[in-house]
Amino acid sequence: MTEQTTPSGSTATAVELDGITKTYPGVVANDAVTLRVAPGTVHAVVGENGAGKSTLMKILYGTTRPDHGTIRVDGRPVSFSSPADAIGAGIGMVFQHFKLAENLTVLDNVILGAEPMRRSRFGAIDREAAAERIRDLSERYGLDVDPDALVADLGVGRRQRVELVKVLYRGARILILDEPTALLTVQESADLLGRIRGLCADGLTVVFISHHLDEVVGISDAITVMRRGRVVADVRPGETDTHELAVLMVGAEPAALPLRARGAVRPPLLALDRVSTGRSPGGGRLDQLGLEVGRGEIVGVAGVEGNGQDELVDALLGVLPLTSGSVVLDGEDLAGRSTADRRVGGIGCIPQDRQREGVLLDEPLWRSQLLGHLHDPRLTRGRWIKVGAVRRAAETVVATSDVRVPSIDLPASALSGGNQQKFIVGRELDAEPDLLVAAQPTRGVDVGAQRAIWTRLIGAAERGTGVLLISADLEELLTLSDRIVVMVRGTVVAVHEAETVTVAEIGRSMTQAVA
Amino acid sequence: MSAGTLSGRLDALVRRVVSPPRLTSLALHLLAVGIALVFAVIVLAGILAAYGTAPSAVIEVVGEYALTPAGWVAMVNKGTTYYLAGLAAAIGFRMYLFNIGIDGQYRLGVFAAAVVGAAVGLPMVLQIPLLVLTACVVAGAWAAIAAHLKASRGVSEVISTIMLNAVATGVIAFLIAPERFGAAEEGSNNTQTALMNESGWMPAIHVPGLGEVYGFTVVAVLVGVLFWVVTERTRFGFEQRASGAAPRAALLGGTDPRRMVVLTMVASGVVAGLVGLPELLGATSHRYGISFPAGLAWVGLSIAIVGRNHPVGVALGALLWVFLERCALPLDLIGIPTEVVAVVQATVVLAVVTSYELVHGMSERSARRRAAAFARGRADTTEAPAETAAESPAEEHA
Repeated sequence: MTEQTTPSGSTATAVELDGITKTYPGVVANDAVTLRVAPGTVHAVVGENGAGKSTLMKILYGTTRPDHGTIRVDGRPVSFSSPADAIGAGIGMVFQHFKLAENLTVLDNVILGAEPMRRSRFGAIDREAAAERIRDLSERYGLDVDPDALVADLGVGRRQRVELVKVLYRGARILILDEPTALLTVQESADLLGRIRGLCADGLTVVFISHHLDEVVGISDAITVMRRGRVVADVRPGETDTHELAVLMVGAEPAALPLRARGAVRPPLLALDRVSTGRSPGGGRLDQLGLEVGRGEIVGVAGVEGNGQDELVDALLGVLPLTSGSVVLDGEDLAGRSTADRRVGGIGCIPQDRQREGVLLDEPLWRSQLLGHLHDPRLTRGRWIKVGAVRRAAETVVATSDVRVPSIDLPASALSGGNQQKFIVGRELDAEPDLLVAAQPTRGVDVGAQRAIWTRLIGAAERGTGVLLISADLEELLTLSDRIVVMVRGTVVAVHEAETVTVAEIGRSMTQAVA
Repeated sequence: MSAGTLSGRLDALVRRVVSPPRLTSLALHLLAVGIALVFAVIVLAGILAAYGTAPSAVIEVVGEYALTPAGWVAMVNKGTTYYLAGLAAAIGFRMYLFNIGIDGQYRLGVFAAAVVGAAVGLPMVLQIPLLVLTACVVAGAWAAIAAHLKASRGVSEVISTIMLNAVATGVIAFLIAPERFGAAEEGSNNTQTALMNESGWMPAIHVPGLGEVYGFTVVAVLVGVLFWVVTERTRFGFEQRASGAAPRAALLGGTDPRRMVVLTMVASGVVAGLVGLPELLGATSHRYGISFPAGLAWVGLSIAIVGRNHPVGVALGALLWVFLERCALPLDLIGIPTEVVAVVQATVVLAVVTSYELVHGMSERSARRRAAAFARGRADTTEAPAETAAESPAEEHA
């Protein structure tokens, strides 16, 4: 069914992967995967983390060699030993994280590594020809990219388009897009997806990886669902919906979340009043920010990344000093209280970067139990660590939070991202904090772990913990929050009731003040 | 982005060399040490072959001249000094701090102890603790200068401690002049401090049939035990570990990594202060002079790397170092230049680092396999969502 008639009338595929198998030690990443992509279509590949999508794309782009299986491009068998071979065959890849030099112009970034040379003895770079070509591509595909602009001056959405120009410039006819909207706002995503459709109209073929199932259903001509290294379904967007896709990806109905009455009036717990800070090392700051969280309330914080969310966490924990304003927790002004004091005094924290902030990767898992809880009298006595108690606490977290690890003596790096995150969430909630600051609690984890973490957060709120949920995932915010506040440039610009607000409304609040 | 730069990668490499992740079992340690030994022996055999010397000749001459009863005692005595230098370096390495200033710190410390030892004459039970305290406080204070520069101004401790070593040399040269704290000796042009009071001479341990081992060796062993207890069982040790491995994690948990930099550097200096004491309190001269051993910082750093920052490993490293140095003379007798010892020492450092890295990679992969297999097994039995950890952990880690 994935074969399709091309305009010329012959039956062909742009990309044909047949029986691809790739084994890593102990794990089959791709198990006899077959993928057929018709030319001139958008073909989505969906699946949980670890389902094998990335491995498959790496094989198609020549960075990984399959153990078995064949690859055909435009009907011809090919064998890639490096990305250069794949580029030669007309395949281009846009990675999730931009690979652009900010201090160079669009032109320089595009031609870097593929510089057009003048036919002269000295081999000078022919910038004029390159600029002309970029303008051509930009116009033809409606990408609206100026070759002379400095990348540092461009917004995230436009940078993503520069990446597209980069692969098109190298002659790609088949584009692999790995989570192209991961860093974009709602509007930017919609805009980019429209342009991707435009590429196909011109005969290019797009292989599209995404976590956002609504995007997938909206834009694709065909969808391949992967689970645990295998293709479990090939479906067409007209025949399915996001719920069915989610079920296919996970292999089971997602566990129902516990119900919670939302939007009730709750006793006050945390109040931030006109809080301002100096610039953090990351470059952001808070500016007259006001925010309240009640007991048992989940307050979502939405916003484009880099609008002060990191600084909000740091200010709450006392890492980033305030220049004005006040933070009051449970009736007590936190001014002058140290970070350690605040942690003991009832603030739990799920940091956004679990690898750098949440666990000690190279240490046995049980030691990570102590992170942020060095003053917990159950784990330490004065200057001494109660090793037995720490190990028992870690065992408890592993058992109660469904952390799938055979032993707490394994290094934390051996765990999958979802299991690391479940451990962190369990550790923080184990201490029964008054306030839990959760930054991107389910970023990059699979649906199973996401459900488990959501369930824990709802349970914590039910028991009276106030949760400040900072997330780039609007679905997460809408599912869990009582109220959603929108942050722009270090301040709160809008507050929405989560049960009645729409994604579009939040999107508008996120961008209105920027213009 | 910066993670991909050359300096970033070099930095990561250096960090792994000086503060490697630990192996989880004794068997893995034995495997790593075994591989390193094999490698070092191959290199040594190559060198011997180049000189046309039979290995049996080396074993014979080393056995005859180096491994004598007096030789064993000398090795333990010198090893005590090296061990303390190694521990001082290891303390810094746990936070990726290169305390090259161990040299200046211990020379200033032992000089101060020698001066106090000559000027004060308390009973031995008070005198020796006083001398130890003097050396530690002076050395720790000297290290605190570099610590302060690093924490408040971001000055690299490598640069500042190298310079402070030179300053220490100047300070001692100034103070040791006969008109200040020095003492001229009849018929000698050796500049040195006055002879210490006898209550500060630490009694040796008499080992029947071998000779006299420094009493201070006991202190060194106790310092090693203390090192283990502090790193493994105290909050300070954990905060140090966390600040070194994941500064943001430490910060969010209420530990100020900059404060830990200062404390670690000073702690390293305090232990460095002990380095000169076995010699000062135990050897025969009981003075500090220009002939006092110097340049122990590099020895300490090498031994800490070979010993993997573990008190037992550092002890083995120190003994290996003195053994190799003790082999220098016998080797010279059969026509192999003494510099070969330095080559072998360098080979050992490289071999240990490489083999540990190798074994660690193996154990890490096997840990991932175990965790992934376990997670999958659990998923199959509970019908819970699958979690094939093929890509996620490996990729995120990279």
